[in-house]
Amino acid sequence: MLRVENIKVSFDGSGILNECALEVGEGEIVVLLGPSGCGKSTLLRTVAGLEKVEAGKIWWDEEDMTTVPPHKRGFGLMFQNHALFPHRNVEENIDFGLQILRMATTERQQRVKDLLAMVGLEGFQKREIGGLSGGEAQRVALARSLAPKPQLLMLDEPMASLDRALRDRLLADISDLLRNLNQAAIYVTHDHDEAFSIADQIAIMHEGKIERIGSPNEVWLDPGSESSARCIGHENLINLDASGNCALGKLGSGSGTVLIREDGISIVSETTEIVGEVKSAIFHAGRTLIKVAIGDIELSTSTTEPVKISDRVNLHLSHSAVVPLS
Amino acid sequence: MTFTKKIRWITLASLPAIFIGAFFYWPLIRIFSHALGSEKIDEFGALLLSGSFHQIAWFTVWQAALSTVLTMLLALPVSYLMARYSFRGRRILQILITVPFVLPTVVVAGAFTALFERFGLDGGAFRLRHTVWALLAAHVFFNLAIAIRTVSSFWSGLDPRIEEQAKLLGATPGRIFRKVTFPRLVPALTAAASIVFLFCLTSFGVILLLSGPTRATIETEIWRQAVWRGDIAAASSLAVIQLITVLVMVFLMNFLQRRQSVIENRTNWVYEKPPRKFLAGNIVLLLVVVGLPIIVLLERSIAVGEGYSIQNFISLADRVALVPVSALTALKNSLFFAALAAIFASLLGGIASLVVVHGRRWISNLFDMSMMLPLGISAVVLGFGMLIALDTPPLDLRSSWILVPIAHALLGIPFVMRTVVPTLRRIDPSLRESAALLGASPRQVNRRIDFPIALRALSVGAAFAFAISIGEFGATSFLPRNPDRLTAPLVLFRLLGAPGEVLRGQAMALAVVLMTITALTVILVEGSFFNKGTTRSDF
Repeated sequence: MLRVENIKVSFDGSGILNECALEVGEGEIVVLLGPSGCGKSTLLRTVAGLEKVEAGKIWWDEEDMTTVPPHKRGFGLMFQNHALFPHRNVEENIDFGLQILRMATTERQQRVKDLLAMVGLEGFQKREIGGLSGGEAQRVALARSLAPKPQLLMLDEPMASLDRALRDRLLADISDLLRNLNQAAIYVTHDHDEAFSIADQIAIMHEGKIERIGSPNEVWLDPGSESSARCIGHENLINLDASGNCALGKLGSGSGTVLIREDGISIVSETTEIVGEVKSAIFHAGRTLIKVAIGDIELSTSTTEPVKISDRVNLHLSHSAVVPLS
Repeated sequence: MTFTKKIRWITLASLPAIFIGAFFYWPLIRIFSHALGSEKIDEFGALLLSGSFHQIAWFTVWQAALSTVLTMLLALPVSYLMARYSFRGRRILQILITVPFVLPTVVVAGAFTALFERFGLDGGAFRLRHTVWALLAAHVFFNLAIAIRTVSSFWSGLDPRIEEQAKLLGATPGRIFRKVTFPRLVPALTAAASIVFLFCLTSFGVILLLSGPTRATIETEIWRQAVWRGDIAAASSLAVIQLITVLVMVFLMNFLQRRQSVIENRTNWVYEKPPRKFLAGNIVLLLVVVGLPIIVLLERSIAVGEGYSIQNFISLADRVALVPVSALTALKNSLFFAALAAIFASLLGGIASLVVVHGRRWISNLFDMSMMLPLGISAVVLGFGMLIALDTPPLDLRSSWILVPIAHALLGIPFVMRTVVPTLRRIDPSLRESAALLGASPRQVNRRIDFPIALRALSVGAAFAFAISIGEFGATSFLPRNPDRLTAPLVLFRLLGAPGEVLRGQAMALAVVLMTITALTVILVEGSFFNKGTTRSDF
């Protein structure tokens, strides 16, 4: 398994990674989630050996990898732009790592064939790279990364250059493939939907540090910090006064920020203590996503009832969905 | 970097530096010392003030300016066609347009001579032969390719939605062009116009053969003074003037190009089919300006007496009076020199490209500038410089044939670098990183990623160097005049100048052979390598 201990990396004196720590267990998919510029790609490149480490250690099982050059680490990395070799065709691209391993020709051909079948591109061996579509190029890149059987596979925003429909399908395919191979992987993305659908563990990065790590469910229920909560798409972050009060009543014991998860707020037909005014309503997938103003607070929630802007609605607040944040 | 690695690197980098220093910069220095040496400075001043010089300088400038204007005017509609429309045969048209640019100057002169003879324009009321018009037509023929290439590739990168927007706002097509398209095209137009102007300024072979004995430009005058009159001082003074003019031009071009780096959103626009009339008009235009001289040349090469035969080609093996070797021998010489020049140019240009890409900033800039200069400096100045500089040991090569491929290599190196440097620079770092993560050691990355990608570019550059060498005339006309080693363009020059139908027929046949070799080289290169998408030359 991979263990990253308090890594520090900086460019031109400004810190990019600071005291950054991470673990990836056998067959586990860890998603690094964070806004652009938070250092997630740098962390990936550091693990791969492409960036110089100033402090900290990188371990694979009991082996210190910190100063091992990238080509001897046995890690694979799939770049966002796929980085397919333009002077080699599909087969020659996938074959690249196998040639380095000095495998026998027939064995290599068989492996290329198997890999192409695995990513759903049977018969693509002789295709030129320039003629591939975005999705095909991505599958070839995946096959190429998997070819030398890396002990750890890293994927840097693999869906970034693809359109929505293709993305959903490929995401499911990659997820199945990695699980079937029991492949340990780090998957970088800034899209929380993508993160939740593929991750065993989600690690949320903020300003060069991992802020929260846990299973998708744990992270969703309790993101821990304000930035993590925003990063995974929570919108209802409420500031409390010194006595823990806000327009919705007493939600804490003192000043601070709390999260009210969307599942904790609902619009009800009977009269409640909390009454708000609908500020916006957007129809989405059978529900209406609305923003409701209660005093100086604005909450996001959704309903299946017909509502329109300026309606006054009664809200029910479930206190189990109120999570204190640091 | 370890010490031995550093030594190896410096040794490698010094090879092209020594080559260009000895065979290009040393001759330049000699030219300056001949022209501006202590007791010669007065002569230089007198030359500058003389009426005959003013006449020559004035003709040099205005013929170049007029040629440029005409070229740009004709290039505009074709560039628009190439930039904005897709049609069947577009790719072939693109390749065909490029061909004239690499045709040997002497072949072009031959083609126009044939054209005038065919249509009776070499004498009588409508005489074109030995007029300025002949020269202008040849210059347009030559430079149309580079103008179209520069303008259309820039134009195709301009977002057409801006024009569509202007149209929706009610602008007429003329107004859209004047107010929307033209201002955005200016960088490409100035770049193309200045390079065409530079080429016309340093044009030699066509002027010598087409504009008649009474009109001289600085180039032809250098040649006349040096080769005919043996007045090295006068030729040097003219060469210095030419050098300074060219340097100022190159400097201005660099300055302009630095300011033109506005690149609009480069996506692949959906091309539509061109209007029929527009496509037809362009094709007719190209056929007249570019196609006609070539077609007539082909026709003349097989014309014997009243009928047609391949007699002219067979006679290439015969030695004729006035010319010391047969055309066939000259062709063999040319092929041999061209092969050597291509090898020299790709080796030295390849090394120089590595230095430009991987060297420290100042070394990189120095190499980039100094290796490119032979492309801008006229071939005549280059040949003349070599003639007067390489006459003392250890570089007493004046009578050695090796000077010919060396001079040609100097002209080929810039082409090699212009293909290899951008290709090396464009290699995405993620390709090398990907290779490393697939287990390739740094050495394997060099061998399996950088080298194969650069090799393609290198072979494109080598092919251009080969084509240039095959047709080179300006520099070669100064170099060792050992009769056995005459090149094909030199023999063609003599054949074109000689009277008589038999010689004329042989000249046409030789011109066709030269044209075929250069055109095929370029078509092969353009057709295969450029398609792969990994190499694109920047010239």
